[in-house]
Amino acid sequence: MLLNFIGLMVVASPAVLLAVLGLAALVRFRLTEIAMARCAQASSMIGLVASLCILAFMLASGRRDVPLEFGDWVSMHATTPDAANVENRNSTADNHDALADDGTNESFESFHFRLKFVFDRLSVPFVVMSFVLCGVIGAFAFKYMHLESGYGRFFLFYSIFQLGMVLSSLAGTIETLFFGWELVGLSSALLVAFFHDRPSPCRNGLRVWAVYRFADAAFLMAALVLHHLAGSGDFELLMGTGSWPYGVAAITENQALLVGTLLLIAAAGKSALVPFSGWLPRAMEGPTPSSAIFYGALSVHLGAFLLLRVGPVLEASWVLRVMVVSLGLVTMVFAAMTARVQTDVKSALSYASLVQVSIIVVEIGLGLYYIALIHVIGHACVRTLQLVRAPSVLRDTNALENALGDHLPTAPSMWHTWVSDANRERFYRFGWERAYLDCILDDWIVNPFVKAFRYADRIELALTKLMDGKREAATTVDASDAEIAGKK
Amino acid sequence: MKELHFPWLESSILIPLIGAIICMFLRDKRQAQRVAVIASGITLFCTIAEWYDFTTLNSFQARDHWDMIRWLFGDDIFVIDELTAPVLPLTALLYLMTIVSTLSTKLGRFSFGLTLLSEAIVLATLSCHEPWGIICLLSIGCVPPWIELHRRKASTRIFNIHMGLFIGLLVCGWSMVDHDAGSGRVSLLPTAMLSLAALLRAGVFPLHLWLTDLFEKATFGTALLFVAPMTGAYAVMHLVLPYAPAWAMQSIAVLSLVTAVYAAGMASVQIDARRFFSYLFLSHASLVLSGLEIVSTIGLTGALCVWLSVGLSLGGFGLTLRSVEARIGRVKLDRYNGLYEHTPTLAGLFLLTGLASIGFPGTVGFVAMELLVEGAVGVFPLAGVAVVLAATLNGIAIVRAYFRIFTGRTFQTSAVLRSRPSERFAVIVMTVLVLGGGLWPQPGITSRHHAAESLMKIRSRTLDAMEMAQSAPEIDEDNSEDANASNTEKLIPGDEAEPIIDPRLANPFDFDDSETDVRGDP
Repeated sequence: MLLNFIGLMVVASPAVLLAVLGLAALVRFRLTEIAMARCAQASSMIGLVASLCILAFMLASGRRDVPLEFGDWVSMHATTPDAANVENRNSTADNHDALADDGTNESFESFHFRLKFVFDRLSVPFVVMSFVLCGVIGAFAFKYMHLESGYGRFFLFYSIFQLGMVLSSLAGTIETLFFGWELVGLSSALLVAFFHDRPSPCRNGLRVWAVYRFADAAFLMAALVLHHLAGSGDFELLMGTGSWPYGVAAITENQALLVGTLLLIAAAGKSALVPFSGWLPRAMEGPTPSSAIFYGALSVHLGAFLLLRVGPVLEASWVLRVMVVSLGLVTMVFAAMTARVQTDVKSALSYASLVQVSIIVVEIGLGLYYIALIHVIGHACVRTLQLVRAPSVLRDTNALENALGDHLPTAPSMWHTWVSDANRERFYRFGWERAYLDCILDDWIVNPFVKAFRYADRIELALTKLMDGKREAATTVDASDAEIAGKK
Repeated sequence: MKELHFPWLESSILIPLIGAIICMFLRDKRQAQRVAVIASGITLFCTIAEWYDFTTLNSFQARDHWDMIRWLFGDDIFVIDELTAPVLPLTALLYLMTIVSTLSTKLGRFSFGLTLLSEAIVLATLSCHEPWGIICLLSIGCVPPWIELHRRKASTRIFNIHMGLFIGLLVCGWSMVDHDAGSGRVSLLPTAMLSLAALLRAGVFPLHLWLTDLFEKATFGTALLFVAPMTGAYAVMHLVLPYAPAWAMQSIAVLSLVTAVYAAGMASVQIDARRFFSYLFLSHASLVLSGLEIVSTIGLTGALCVWLSVGLSLGGFGLTLRSVEARIGRVKLDRYNGLYEHTPTLAGLFLLTGLASIGFPGTVGFVAMELLVEGAVGVFPLAGVAVVLAATLNGIAIVRAYFRIFTGRTFQTSAVLRSRPSERFAVIVMTVLVLGGGLWPQPGITSRHHAAESLMKIRSRTLDAMEMAQSAPEIDEDNSEDANASNTEKLIPGDEAEPIIDPRLANPFDFDDSETDVRGDP
């Protein structure tokens, strides 16, 4: 009972923060900066203490996982004979209709959305790390964002992000994980476009959102396929009875390959792996605290977390594991080359972050789950510190260089020794253009898509005009509204 | 059939009708708006009371107390059932919100009389169970937008062609069904005609030009209210779903899915906000239609849930866009308009309702969309992919529109553009419904699940009747009357009267609760 209450505190603390900030925004109640920051700090602190209590209990009792069940959020169960009849009559797929084995026409088609959270060796470190880093950034942003016009908006998005991270970390079902995953995506995209009085952050925010949406689509498909295969989205059923990381997936190799590929696409989108890496430097348009916590520390590791969570699915197919390792290696090489030619500190740090994330992905592909988990935690903490420190490091460096009257001395790298100038120039170009990934996506996917639909739009407009005859719409344009509004 | 405790159905139709008549005699537009607000407010109260009263009866369908129409025509024409019980208050809410949020800049163009008239017609359509009544009301429902187009001196040709064809197909198709029902079977042609009519009204590709045209030429409010209640889906449920063979259902589903993806793609490249909204709506309406044709309990439940969530969320989304238009005129999406600093509340509602329409977690559409995708995947995996793809593209289109309308620069004006109290009221109501339905979805899902099961049962019942009729021996023309009678006897054992037409084919929704009570415990 007490454990359930503490577990509830972990989940409820960010939810309450979101409710408070959201309600205040809805009824236009102006909270002071201090009030918002204190609420954020209180939320992180309560969540952190509660999760540490659970960790202490697990260490003391030796339990490897503590499930926290809230029952069915949505439950639907059909038992109508005639409904089953019709489905049977119309069905084109035989895996969907579930008539009773005894021949009675009773439909067992049902849908359950369980609210279940799991505290285990993967989720507890992740949720503790989320609370620690969110708390640190909340405290940092209190000063950093002082008197910023979007102060309230920042903390609203921050609360959505924190809730998303906690839900994703503790999710006991794939649907709950998807719930948190989407919240993280939305808050990230909106924070990229935080300085929305300029077009560039908005363009970048949309780009991030578009990549996330496609990754989310893959995730949703994977969730539904898993749901169908296992009859439920519960990780316990999907990954076997063993606790993390010793579960055994209850699906065949081919099924694992299908589901795993979809999940790999989802993870690649969220963690900016190749070919979706283009959004990472764009995300640095947001305020530094959000860049630090989202793209440097937490959000970028969420893809790796997903792969860790579905580790047993990866182990069910060696082809899938090869794909994971290959993707990690390719991204690692790409990010390492690109990071070296960035001219702004946040972009350089973001690509450096990507190098580590891709190494983590390789570790996951090789089955080194504990190493990957430790790597995630260490890397997230270091990178948050680096990103938060970045603005003042620049100032310190400037001060030093002014004092010296010259640039700071740098040691010649191995590139100068081993690689010819011409090749260095090629590599430089390759890194500077970010391996042409954005261009390839634009030229092969975005532009043809836009062109095709704009062409269809032109055809439709021409058809409409043709059908309309000569009589033009005389009063369709409400342009005068603007003038009316202006006069008022 | 059980009776409600008050004539809620007739009241909810009569009150807007009276309001419309009063409004038409009022020359002062502000006074007309006040009358319209009162009339639509009372109508909303009636529909909510009707829904509540109906749920206490624990029945699949019920008729009015002191039913005047029944007394006049001797038949249950207006009936509330599980399918439409929540749709009626939703429709009344959309009308109320549209009227309430009409700003003074729009008073000169927006007709409150016609709006109330159309509310009465739509509520009557959604309450009507008689096929001919539905057809008549659907036809009359096309008149108010037509009058407005005519008044604005806009070309009505596209609207005339499409709606004329729609009405013609409905009338011809149902006449044939009536004729066929006499022989106990429904042939291919009327099914095809009714399906085509439904596709036309729902705006399925390539029969959707009227929809974008209407949004461009009519006032935003009128266009929104003409499409948002999705009477086309209601027509499908009553006139097509019970009779259509599996192949017809699958064809409609495929066309709907193609439309959903195509319209989502079109929405994401539009540069005019009205055209963007029309495609966005079309994509969602097609998803509902495809779900209705999936014919699995989960898929159908998902479709009915999406119907409600899309009606609510895109209704709110459209109203927000309308409010923005009332401030700056036609909104173009090829530039950044930067309205956030002036209208943060509207920006928030725009994003919230838009995300709810694509099934974002925590909003009213989340579980609905999950159910729809699950149902689609269960029947045909590619259908599930199409639904997810459409939702993905719609999501991108909505956030793109949000950025283009509210961000990118700061809109410079000396006018005060902040939201008015009436708009803030609308925003709070919509937000509470969108988030409330999202965080506490079980009651809505249970209600829609019951409705879906009932619909499946009705379809099963009708198909059984058709199968029995088809398996009957061929009838000699000379002895057709006798044979028909014996055939009917076979279909309805124990019925000593001499109905020539099997009632299951004449009107599948006409039955006793005892016969088709699919409700479980309340």
